[in-house]
Amino acid sequence: MRVFVCDIDDIEEGGVHILKFENIKIGVYRHRGAFYAYKNLCAHQGGPACEGRLMKKVVERLNADKTYIGEDFDAADPHIVCSWHGWEYRLLTGENAVNPNIRLKRYEVTQQDNKLYVEV
Amino acid sequence: MNINNPASFDEAMSHFDTRVMLENAEEQARARHYEDFLIVDVDSHHYEAEAMNEIIDRIEDPVLRENSRFAKGLNLSSGGQGPFGNQEMTGRITRYPGRKHEKVPPTPHRDITLTHRWMDALGIDIACLFPTPMLGLALHPQLHVEVQLAHAYNKWLCETILAEDSRIKSMLYLPLTDPEAALRCIEEFGERPGVIGFMVTSTRYRSICENVHMKVYAALEERGLPLSFHSGYSWQDPLLSASTKFITAHALGFPIYNMMLMGNWVMDGIPERFPKLKTIWIESGLAWVPFLMQRFDNEYMMRSSEVPALKRLPSDYMREMFYASQPMEMVNNAEALELTFKMINAESQLLYSSDYPHWDMDLPSTIFDLPFLDMQAKRAILGENARKLFNLDPQLSAAKLAKKVSYTQR
Ligand code: FES
Repeated sequence: MRVFVCDIDDIEEGGVHILKFENIKIGVYRHRGAFYAYKNLCAHQGGPACEGRLMKKVVERLNADKTYIGEDFDAADPHIVCSWHGWEYRLLTGENAVNPNIRLKRYEVTQQDNKLYVEV
Repeated sequence: MNINNPASFDEAMSHFDTRVMLENAEEQARARHYEDFLIVDVDSHHYEAEAMNEIIDRIEDPVLRENSRFAKGLNLSSGGQGPFGNQEMTGRITRYPGRKHEKVPPTPHRDITLTHRWMDALGIDIACLFPTPMLGLALHPQLHVEVQLAHAYNKWLCETILAEDSRIKSMLYLPLTDPEAALRCIEEFGERPGVIGFMVTSTRYRSICENVHMKVYAALEERGLPLSFHSGYSWQDPLLSASTKFITAHALGFPIYNMMLMGNWVMDGIPERFPKLKTIWIESGLAWVPFLMQRFDNEYMMRSSEVPALKRLPSDYMREMFYASQPMEMVNNAEALELTFKMINAESQLLYSSDYPHWDMDLPSTIFDLPFLDMQAKRAILGENARKLFNLDPQLSAAKLAKKVSYTQR
C-alpha cells in the first residue's frame, strides 16, 4: 500500500521525517539527493532508531607502518544511531554497522509530483 | 526539527521529553501486558548534581557548606572516576543532553516527575533510586567530605523524594570508610519511609571486612536491611588507566571492583558471621559471577586451610546472594546466559534492574523475552524476588491500573 510521506522539499539534505501510519513509525531520510525509509524500531531493545542522530561513520587512520594517527569521519557512509544505547545502522543499506545480518526493516520510497511515498 | 543538523541539535534538545523518547518502551509494555504484574527496578539513577544546592544546604559542617556553595559543589566531587569518558557518545544518547531541558510542572519535585515519566513508560511500579556522580565519592581524598556529603544527600533524599513518593525507594549511601559515621546513618535513616537498605560504592581501595566494620553489618542484620554493593569505574585506577579506550575502562571497571569486594566478603567468612544479612551485587552484569565461582571453588579446594571461616564452597555462599541484572550480557550467546542463570539460581536470586537513564540501561523486555524462562520465573525476576527481599507493598502503579481499566473497557 502506498502511503504519502510529505513534499520532497520538506526534508532537507541530511534530514529525516518521521511518518506515523497506523501503528508503525517510519523514518524517511534524504542523503545526497536519494531517499531511504526504515522502520523506527531498533533490533536491540526496540528503541526508536530513526529518532536518533545521523552520524558519519568513524574510521581509524593508521600510517603505513601501522602506527596510529587518529580518527576521521567517512561522510560517504552515514549511520543511523539509535538514541537508546547507540547501536548504529548504515543509512545506505539499513544493515547494522557491526553485524550486517541485523538490519532495520526497509521500505521502498517513491516520488511523484514533488511528493514522497513509502510502500507499506 | 532536524536533530541531524548540528545547528538545530540544541534546539531539538530544548524540546526533549522522556515520554516521547520512550514511546516504543510504552508499546512494549502494552504488548507484553506488564499491567498484569508487579515490576520492581532495583537499580536506577538520578543526577543529584542537578539538586546540589538543596543538598549543600543540608551539609552540617558550616565551613564545608559555605565552601561548597562558593565552589558550586565542585569541591565535593571526588574526581576519582578520572576522565568522565564520553558517556553521552557525542550526542548519540539524546537523553544526556536533553534531560536538563525537560519541562516539568512546579510540583512535585523535578526528580519525582522525571522518575515517574520513565517508570511509567517502561512499566515499572517501584524503583530504587541511586545517585550518579556520588558513586565515586569513596575515592575523595577527604574522608570528612565523604561523610558530610553522604549525610546531607541521605537527608535530602529522605525529606525531598522518599517522603513524598511511595513508588520511589532507595538503599542509602553508606559511608563505610568511616564505620562510626556509617553506623550513625543506619541509626538516623534506617527506618525512614522509602529506605529499603544501604549501599556501598564498590569503587574503593580499602578492605571492607576489618573488625571496625563488624558493628555496621551487625546493625544492618539486626534491622533486616539488605546491603548492596554498587559498582562503578575509575579510569585513573592504576590498573584501568592502562585502558586506551573508555569502553575498556568501563567494561572492566564495573565487574572488577565487585569481584574484589566479593572475594574479601566470602574469603573473610562474612556470610558465616552474619548469615541473615542479605547482600545485592549491582551493575556488574552477570558473567563475572560464574567466572568467580569457578576460580574461587578451584583454589579453595587446594587452600581451604587458609580460609577456615568457610564451611562450604565459595560458590555456595555466592548462590545465596542477590544480583541486579543490568547490564546483562546478551548480545550473541543465549546458551552462556542460560547457564549463568542456572549457576546463580536466577529464579530466586536475580533482581531486574534498568540502570535508567544511563546509556547501557536495560528494559524489562530483556528479561521478559528470554526464551528459556517460564512466566513464573519472568515475574519473579522482574518483581517478586525484589518484593520479597525488601518486603514491598505489591501495589501496581496508578498508570498501570488506569491501563487495566481502559483495556477491559475496549
Ligand atoms: S534499542 Fe536501539 S540501541 Fe538499544
